[in-house]
Amino acid sequence: MIKIENISKNLGEFFLKNVTLDIGTGEYFMILGPTGAGKTILLEAIAGIYNPDSGKILMDGRDITNIPPRRRNISMVYQDYMLFPHLTVEKNIAFGLKLKKIPIEEIKEKIEDISRMLNIRHLFHRFPGTLSGGEKQRVAIARAVVTEPNALLLDEPLSALDTKTREDLRHELKKIHSVTGITIIHVTHSFEEVFSLGDSVAVMSEGMIVQVGRPDDVFRRPNCEFVANFVGVENLFKGNSTINNGISDIDIDGAVVVSAICKSGDCTVSIRPEDILISRNKIESSARNSFNGKIVAVIDKGATIKIVVDCGIPISAIITRRSLDDMGLREGMSAYLTFKASDVHLM
Amino acid sequence: MTKKEPFFWITISCGFVIMAFILLPLIEMITAPSLSMLRETIRDKDVLRSIWLSIYTAGLAALISFVFGTPLAYLLARTDFAGKRLVESIIDLPIVIPHPVVGIAILSIAGRNYWLGQIFSELGIRIMGSVTGIVIVLTFVGMPFYINAVKEGFEGISPRLEKVSRSLGASMFSTFCRITFPLAWRSMLVGIIMCSARAISEFGAVVIVAYHPMIAPVMIYERFEAYGLKYSQPVAVWLVSICLVLFLILRVLTSPRKKET
Repeated sequence: MIKIENISKNLGEFFLKNVTLDIGTGEYFMILGPTGAGKTILLEAIAGIYNPDSGKILMDGRDITNIPPRRRNISMVYQDYMLFPHLTVEKNIAFGLKLKKIPIEEIKEKIEDISRMLNIRHLFHRFPGTLSGGEKQRVAIARAVVTEPNALLLDEPLSALDTKTREDLRHELKKIHSVTGITIIHVTHSFEEVFSLGDSVAVMSEGMIVQVGRPDDVFRRPNCEFVANFVGVENLFKGNSTINNGISDIDIDGAVVVSAICKSGDCTVSIRPEDILISRNKIESSARNSFNGKIVAVIDKGATIKIVVDCGIPISAIITRRSLDDMGLREGMSAYLTFKASDVHLM
Repeated sequence: MTKKEPFFWITISCGFVIMAFILLPLIEMITAPSLSMLRETIRDKDVLRSIWLSIYTAGLAALISFVFGTPLAYLLARTDFAGKRLVESIIDLPIVIPHPVVGIAILSIAGRNYWLGQIFSELGIRIMGSVTGIVIVLTFVGMPFYINAVKEGFEGISPRLEKVSRSLGASMFSTFCRITFPLAWRSMLVGIIMCSARAISEFGAVVIVAYHPMIAPVMIYERFEAYGLKYSQPVAVWLVSICLVLFLILRVLTSPRKKET
């Protein structure tokens, strides 16, 4: 679909260095990296805002490197929405369709459909200034998707939203992707987003692509220290969940973790290491999750100590140095991990 | 109630001094001429002609600034290039140059000894003592105010709005017309008002390039020189009031409607 061949661009503060990527048709492709890694320029280069200093961009085999943005049919959504403040929600969404000289009846139909899908039909006559962050981003997504672009570029679309809205929009994005089958390139600095949305991920640092692969591959087998540190999210697992008596049993490679969040089917599980209790003997408590395993690593993190216990799956717990000394934990020892079902997060 | 510290009273009294400093001369000037004197002045064809000349030459200067200054203001707001600071300083030059010097400078390129002056005279365009000359001088002194106001307006519009528009299928020109202009026109209006206000007030440069035809400030000066304060005041009052009303009308006509808030 979109092939980026060895492009470089120097904008002074931000730059791209020999970026090569191959994004398949209908793929949900994530680009992950810290602030200043060059993610936004990469998106803007794909959109055609900047011409690269060198290298080529191909779309469906056609060289589009020097084609202006309006002939690429690639839409963009920014973190800060960028709705046209002088136009109503309806006119914002219709903007791209009007430029394409589509008959007015057809425009109406299309914006009606997309607005129903994103649940923004009731906002049509409002101006952007009166909308909440979540509403604005839905409108921005609708405006981008309604033109049926060859690819949809999302520049940290969820970063400015509160947790609840972010969660909702993440589902919407997933829905849009599965309903329309559109190719999506989504820039983020959150590994959770990568895990819950992406088919593939490219990790960027200082204008370069440092690793490309499936999210769990990149997560489990980072190819360099930068990726290891950057994606360093502990206790993130893919599993399959079944709901049982109002709680979810999630099977992760044979180990069953219980979560208070009800969700069935394939899912991503995350448990914060500081929510896990570690003990040398089994403890009786109301916590639904208790695992026994062998300590495989004791890692000094300065103020705290990270202990990795192999319970069939590697689970990390964070304890204080004082606890480590008091309990005398060492690599190779047996230990129990206990955590509450309500501390198990499901995506 | 807590007792205010002396500093508070210093700030208040300075405020009063400045208000008085600005308002006293203006009020005195406006109230000095009698109503019959004012009536008589406005019936004077020469006065009307010079006020009208002042207004329309200033308006032309603003129009020229709008046409040529808008693209430059956009360029300065959107791009960084080597020498940008220099270009900006050059644009500000007319603000800092003494006004008679502006007049002399413009005359020196309009003369027959200079190639531009020769071209002008071959084309039959006269600068010295003509409306053309007045418009050129007013544009020269007013343009920086327009460009600076509009540049600031453009800078306040996120370039990303334009990028989104372009990605949705708009050309750069179409993006400017559909997005940038509707968002920036209010700053253009401010620029036009600033530019024409500055142009209407110009005296020193105009008097060198074109004593005749007489713009209002030149006429006020002439009446002052020839007949004294009493005869120059009414013209001044009329000039100030007509300009105030015009600017007020412009503001009201273009004030934002409530719907967008």
